[in-house]
Amino acid sequence: MDNDLILLGHGSGGRLSHQLLDELIIPALSGIPVSGQNDAAVLEHDGVRFAFTTDSYVVDPVFFPGGNIGDLAINGTVNDLAMVGARPRAISVGLILEEGFSRRELGEILRAMREAADRAGVAIVAGDTKVVPRGKADRIFINTSGIGVFRHGLEISGSNARVGDKILINGTIGDHGIAVMAKREGLELEADIRSDCAPLNGLVDEILSEGDAIRVLRDPTRGGVATTLKEIALQSDVSITLNEAALPLKGAVRGVCAVLGLDPLYVANEGKVLAFVAPDAAERILEKMRRHPLGAESAMIGEVTSPGGGKVRMETVVGGMRAVEMLSGEQLPRIC
Amino acid sequence: MKRSVFEEFRNRDLVRGLAERIRHLAEGRTNPMTFMEVCGTHTMSIYQYGIRTLLPAGVRLISGPGCPVCVTPVGYVDRAVACARLPETITATFGDMMRVPGSSSSLLEERAKGADIRIVYSPLDALSLAERNPGKRVVFLGVGFETTAPTVAATLITARSRRVGNFSVLSAHKTIPNPMRILSSDPDLGIDGFLCPAHVSAVIGADAYRFLAEEHGVPCVVTGFEPADILQGVAMLARQVTEGRSAVENEYSRFVTRGGNARAQELLSRVFVSADTAWRGLGVIPESGLEIAEEFTEFDAEKVVPVRVEEPREPEGCLCGEVLKGKIAPADCPLFASACTPEQPVGACMVSSEGSCAAAYKYGQ
Ligand code: SF4
Repeated sequence: MDNDLILLGHGSGGRLSHQLLDELIIPALSGIPVSGQNDAAVLEHDGVRFAFTTDSYVVDPVFFPGGNIGDLAINGTVNDLAMVGARPRAISVGLILEEGFSRRELGEILRAMREAADRAGVAIVAGDTKVVPRGKADRIFINTSGIGVFRHGLEISGSNARVGDKILINGTIGDHGIAVMAKREGLELEADIRSDCAPLNGLVDEILSEGDAIRVLRDPTRGGVATTLKEIALQSDVSITLNEAALPLKGAVRGVCAVLGLDPLYVANEGKVLAFVAPDAAERILEKMRRHPLGAESAMIGEVTSPGGGKVRMETVVGGMRAVEMLSGEQLPRIC
Repeated sequence: MKRSVFEEFRNRDLVRGLAERIRHLAEGRTNPMTFMEVCGTHTMSIYQYGIRTLLPAGVRLISGPGCPVCVTPVGYVDRAVACARLPETITATFGDMMRVPGSSSSLLEERAKGADIRIVYSPLDALSLAERNPGKRVVFLGVGFETTAPTVAATLITARSRRVGNFSVLSAHKTIPNPMRILSSDPDLGIDGFLCPAHVSAVIGADAYRFLAEEHGVPCVVTGFEPADILQGVAMLARQVTEGRSAVENEYSRFVTRGGNARAQELLSRVFVSADTAWRGLGVIPESGLEIAEEFTEFDAEKVVPVRVEEPREPEGCLCGEVLKGKIAPADCPLFASACTPEQPVGACMVSSEGSCAAAYKYGQ
């Protein structure tokens, strides 16, 4: 292999992405190892804590069932802020357009952005637009950055999982990745699979009232639930056991995954949160999540079983045990 | 929601009962019964559902040469890479082939360097690529067993009737029964029974394994992919062993018949001829490959796409061959999970989603 080449897998959100960050990007830019990082940076200035994050969107196709690149770009950044327990306040938008892209489609995307921002209660306050010659970009790429503020002193971080914590998720897994993939590949699906793209700050706000019973929040986007749980296990230095039978999964998503040889545990979500919560509060929090419109199908899917190891194991639907590892290589490129 | 047939076959209680029955059959054995699952999809299922953790010490499952990408020799990858480097050429392939290391490059690397390589889900997609790009040559990498070969055959027949002149197939299609003969008589392996593939058997029929049971005395059970299927297959093999019988039994009768799929067989014999072919790790095996027949030569990439292929070099230190024969488990390879990972695979078995090394890496035990 020629090691100089950047491969699609370097953008998968899985192990290769981590490698690129650890070997090249982080040493050059900040020096803080990726294993110590969260979805957003938490900063302090003059005694005021705030969160800051950025993300770029290159999804192909630009329009997919359940959303488009516009609401995806707003929700993604809103969610990254929510995952450290911050309230999203302001967002910037950078547009990179390919010469020849349609004004009508751009209008539709901008409208979706505005609606998503309104829904999440966040203001779009700054922006930039560039146009590149035909063929130098694919239709439209969007970058969003966001700032969030804190109304509490809670430390929500991937390094906070403790033995005994229960793991909750607010609904079915893999919907976004499969909706995009099915559209892109022109698969004729019997069932309608829609992206779960949604702002999670409202749901997070609800459960944050439980205070320090909330240990870890993270949205399982690229790399899926498996990769995200493995990251948390490593970051908190604990071992996790998942219960496959409890994982919410739509039959249609399972079906497409079987046909395409994909594992739904590794497929991206855009409106899901994994919450690690204290065992004695778990049932109550689960109830709260279920009452929220984005959490009707919430489920308890596993727990932190032992200290150390950084391992994720899964009791399979038939009662066997196996390991769960990070996504390796590229499962699906350009999913967000 | 209505429970699908698949959910029935994952049923926990059913599985627990079968595991109990196997424990019974294997009780008191000093040396374990060794069963080989021949098909890569079985290998995946066994790892994915943690089936080994449900089996008693008296039953050992070993993986065989049933991952099509894994058994494709390095020389084929080199030829595919050489095709991909040609100007005005689109190479169409199943995704699994992308990362398989050739002697000095891989399709993934060629794509990163600018070659036009497309991942398709069916050979028909590759054919329509050819029709949409009349100015280009489209080469489809035909890798797979009796399951994929009939679709490739149908695609070539369509290509002929639509007079598509810029389409060809680089065929590395293989057939399963003869390698099983070689493995069954390997004393080092001591195979006590075969879990025969599900989809392949749907095409070739359960009777295709009769020579193994009758001439070589090895029990065979055609087995489905769901966890309960696999345990049921293992239980049926264990019963034959304890009763001292060897026969071909069919656990998967909901899809597999004794004679197989006549239409698929007819497609195969129309487009392909049986040939001796090289398997990674197993060497050249007589009558174990499918070559494109004379009549369809115009679509045979090996004949119509002239390339210079480098001298094949097997990856250094890779024990894929031993893994494919079931002689070692992936974790016994010194490179496993250290020098060889799915990101930087040394051998094909670490690449394919059906490869034993990839399964062992991803699902552990
Ligand atoms: S671990 Fe890698 S090097 Fe070892 S046999 Fe498997 S593929 Fe080959």
